[in-house]
Amino acid sequence: MTSTPTGPEPAEIPEYPMTRAAGCPFDPPPDLLAEQRKGPLTKVRLWDGSTPWLVTRYADQRTVLADRRVSSDVERPGYPSPAPIQPGGSKIGFILMDDPEHARLRRMVTAPFAVKRIEAMRSAVQKIVDGLIDDMLAGPKPVDLVESFALPVPSLVICDLLGVPYSDHDFFQDNSKTIIRRTATPEQRMTASKNLTGYLDRLVDEKLDRPAEDLLSGLTERIKAGELTRQDAAQMGVLLLIAGHETTANMIALGTLALLEHPDQLALLRDTDDPKLVASAVEELLRYLHITHNGRRRAVLEDIEVAGQTIRAGEGLIVPNDIGNRDPGAFEEPDQLDIRRDARHHVAFGFGVHQCLGQTLARMELQVVYSTLYRRIPTLKRATDLDQIPFKHDGSVYGVYELPVTW
Amino acid sequence: MRVTIDQEKCVASGQCVTSAADVFDQRDEDGVVVLLNEHPPAELAADVRQAAVVCPALAIQIED
Ligand code: HEM
Ligand code: SF4
Repeated sequence: MTSTPTGPEPAEIPEYPMTRAAGCPFDPPPDLLAEQRKGPLTKVRLWDGSTPWLVTRYADQRTVLADRRVSSDVERPGYPSPAPIQPGGSKIGFILMDDPEHARLRRMVTAPFAVKRIEAMRSAVQKIVDGLIDDMLAGPKPVDLVESFALPVPSLVICDLLGVPYSDHDFFQDNSKTIIRRTATPEQRMTASKNLTGYLDRLVDEKLDRPAEDLLSGLTERIKAGELTRQDAAQMGVLLLIAGHETTANMIALGTLALLEHPDQLALLRDTDDPKLVASAVEELLRYLHITHNGRRRAVLEDIEVAGQTIRAGEGLIVPNDIGNRDPGAFEEPDQLDIRRDARHHVAFGFGVHQCLGQTLARMELQVVYSTLYRRIPTLKRATDLDQIPFKHDGSVYGVYELPVTW
Repeated sequence: MRVTIDQEKCVASGQCVTSAADVFDQRDEDGVVVLLNEHPPAELAADVRQAAVVCPALAIQIED
């Protein structure tokens, strides 16, 4: 590790990730927020003893994430890895690649995520959401909102997007749930992940023969043109599933819990038919909850200056966008949940060239969910105490493992 | 107000279209930004400024 004369003494370097305060499940760790108040830049210590820089403030976070001299490649020297790197298994698609290869691959799947194309899916998503609510209302209660609603919504939507036929939905959903389930053994997870990769591989083959109007069929044209291998196409399907399933599900369940704990905000949302207020509620919940809570991770390729400090090539950066979204320099009273505020400039989807590809889809899904669920079940409430709810403190994406609800 | 875009930098996030759909659109083939109106009227100025702020690729420039 490079030593820096101006950096803190090794003994003072705090460990990262940090722990949330008991009873404050929606707020970032207090020690992390304290670092932001102390200064724009500090060092933190990771599980492997490495000491990357922590960029604490909103404006600097955006600047470094937009800087072409920082890398998302886990194999670069200094990359602050959240866990041991598995040789060969690290490149799960373009999310961990740098330009120009990242840009080349990303542009092959951007078309289906364009705003107009996503808007065209809205009524299909509304149908999925209404159908799942019908089933919940017809079934026993209390019910686990995660299992019955939050996980199936994005899973069914991704099926639609990729072009997974209806008859395979159960297989697809069961396997993607196993990957996320807390109680799944590593072997079960591995099997489920292999099942899905194998399935998407075969699906790509089918689409090569009989293309339809869906994302994978779109990719088959690239395969035919020799721009993409079959394996890369299947891999992209897996990336979209991994990146889009648990994230959206957690925003649905954790968002619902946050609203139940803020009844005035829930009432505003339930009683409005203004799509602008619904959209603004989605942005505010994305900002306030910031579920990708382990920071964006980058390696520095060339010396750069951040907040007056030179960061050397080969050093690591952690960009905790969760506290960027709570920076008083960017949001007034950042710790208040206020669905009427303008929160559009949040960094819940990251910033720079890797900013979430699925953000328009995620926004639309959440708008449909938040404008439908509380209206159709106006008496929705928790079926257990807040302190009984298992939060995903240990997850790569924050949320709840279970949310028992009744009405 | 004069708006310029850089299609090379654009990462097709769609953020500009979400902010100001009368000024920005996306190409059918790859979602890359298309400028519909280089001189947006005053009533759209705030939306266009927001588009420039939220663009993750810093691909939108505004001159007053
Ligand atoms: C509320 C839900 C979601 C949240 C909070 C979220 C968050 C994020 C964040 C923070 C990144 C940036 C990663 C980085 O900078 O290293 C990202 C990237 C990405 N997301 Fe999402 N995401 C969500 C939903 C989705 C959905 C629905 C999809 C697709 C179906 C998706 C696909 C992707 C992809 C492919 C990337 C990689 C983009 C790239 O590297 O160019 N996400 N997401
Ligand atoms: S906001 Fe920026 S990156 Fe996103 S589509 Fe518009 S110009 Fe491209």
